[in-house]
Amino acid sequence: MDYNLMREFADSCGLLGMVLFFAGCVAFALRPGGHSQAHEAAHIPFKDD
Amino acid sequence: MKFGTEIVLLSLFAFGALVAAGFGVDEPFRQHMWVLFFAVAGFNAMLMRNTDFKPAVPIDPAAYMDGPIRYGAIATVFWGVVGMLVGVVIALQLAFPHLNIEPWFNFGRLRPLHTSGVIFAFGGNALLCTSMYVVQRTSRARLFGSNLAWFVFWGYQLFIVMAATGYLLGITEGREYAEPEWYLDLWLTVVWVAYLILFLGTILKRKEPHIYVANWFYLSFIVTIAMLHVVNNLSTPVSFLGSKSYSAFSGVQDALTQWWYGHNAVGFFLTAGFLGMMYYFVPKQANRPVYSYRLSIIHFWALIFLYIWAGPHHLHYTALPDWAQTLGMVFSIMLWMPSWGGMINGLMTLSGAWDKLRTDPIIRMMVAAVAFYGMSTFEGPIMSIKTVNSLSHYTDWTIGHVHSGALGWVGMISFGAIYYMVPKLWNRERLYSLRLVAWHFWLATLGIVVYAAVMWVSGIMQGLMWREYDEQGFLVYSFAETVAAIHPYYVMRAAGGAMYLAGMLIMAWNITMTIRGYRREEDPMPGSIAALQPARSGARKWA
Repeated sequence: MDYNLMREFADSCGLLGMVLFFAGCVAFALRPGGHSQAHEAAHIPFKDD
Repeated sequence: MKFGTEIVLLSLFAFGALVAAGFGVDEPFRQHMWVLFFAVAGFNAMLMRNTDFKPAVPIDPAAYMDGPIRYGAIATVFWGVVGMLVGVVIALQLAFPHLNIEPWFNFGRLRPLHTSGVIFAFGGNALLCTSMYVVQRTSRARLFGSNLAWFVFWGYQLFIVMAATGYLLGITEGREYAEPEWYLDLWLTVVWVAYLILFLGTILKRKEPHIYVANWFYLSFIVTIAMLHVVNNLSTPVSFLGSKSYSAFSGVQDALTQWWYGHNAVGFFLTAGFLGMMYYFVPKQANRPVYSYRLSIIHFWALIFLYIWAGPHHLHYTALPDWAQTLGMVFSIMLWMPSWGGMINGLMTLSGAWDKLRTDPIIRMMVAAVAFYGMSTFEGPIMSIKTVNSLSHYTDWTIGHVHSGALGWVGMISFGAIYYMVPKLWNRERLYSLRLVAWHFWLATLGIVVYAAVMWVSGIMQGLMWREYDEQGFLVYSFAETVAAIHPYYVMRAAGGAMYLAGMLIMAWNITMTIRGYRREEDPMPGSIAALQPARSGARKWA
């Protein structure tokens, strides 16, 4: 195990997979209709002391 | 019988420590095992004095478990005082070398005591107790496991005590922020897995359908630290009864592993965990929901994906291959985006309530923390650029950068969270004194400013002196000349640290008095009571 692992990971589809996963997360957070759910989630700390 | 199993197990544990103290193959290990024996036996004696044979009181499964959180809040303040005091001592040792007292209290042994003391003892306890507080209140569920939280708390304190005494005895792996030797690494792994089970178990039995974003940050901190800790500490002990071990990696592979760990300790311990704190306590104290919940989700994923690659920027111009250095630099610069996204999200939570900055010193502390988060995450990427790094590396600039993040961001957000939690945990109407919080705020802020500014000047001067050549290609300054030149800055740095410590002592007093139930008679903060307004009659000059 050495630092070339990082390079092999990036050269394979690992990097692409991570980028796609990240893009998916952003797209999911910004999806149409997500606003009301986000609004509700933001108020969780105030439901309880 | 209360604590029956615990007492039996602890007796066996203490006996094991005693055996190890007898058969240890090297002197520091034997001494360390004596420390362990007395710590465990002392704790066990305390349990025996508190045991009784009355039937156990049934526990209300709906009530929150706040006992370990109260202990954690006290431990945070206690270790904060200890860690920062040691920091001031080593700052003075650097300025006045005569203060190095051989063998236990010289700089080499006290420095890891300071770094581990403030990061893992102060910061770690703050994370431990706030995460237990936040996860219960945002999941509306009691902590998972009956006494698991107590095991995590006391197990972690044992780790701290053993690590601290080990450094003083000269036991070290010499790995930055991961100095404890193999046997303590194993113990921490056990405690950390228990912590993960505690946290995940509580999330799994939540009554709230959505997992609040603060818990995401806390969970990423717990999971990542587990992974970093295990990989960085892969090593082979020389003897199972000895204090020496050798790393599984060697040379530059080892260096990369250490800084992959080191930088992610910054990213996931000192950033992600405390961001969890920010996303709960800033909205609570401001009494407003977070500015943009969706931005917080993007902040989370961006931070997770970028931070893990930034470590190689600690190894610019070393034997590490160039592509790896560039990779670390590029990812560090990309980190600007999530860091500033998070900072804006935290600051804008106050939008429409900025007047609270004037009236509420606790929110002032939290806002200063978020501002320092922004500043140090701006400075960090700049320093990771190779050209800048060729000047800043190995100089005091790095120390200044670390402290603006640690004192400014980590310290201030923890103070804010503790000030918020303590009156609630002990059912007090308010803190002993808000004015003392304001004193703490100003002492801490001025202390950081002095510290960081002095280290910039000293660091850049050091860097410039080291690279100064004359027309014949000779170095102009010897190393000793640069040491003499930075002496005044070292004295000023100690003064800045002492101011920060003074603020911490005020906090310890304030928290102690709050817990004991006192309330200081004092005037309210200026502006917190609306001044009497004259009746609005007649034209105003500016209307």
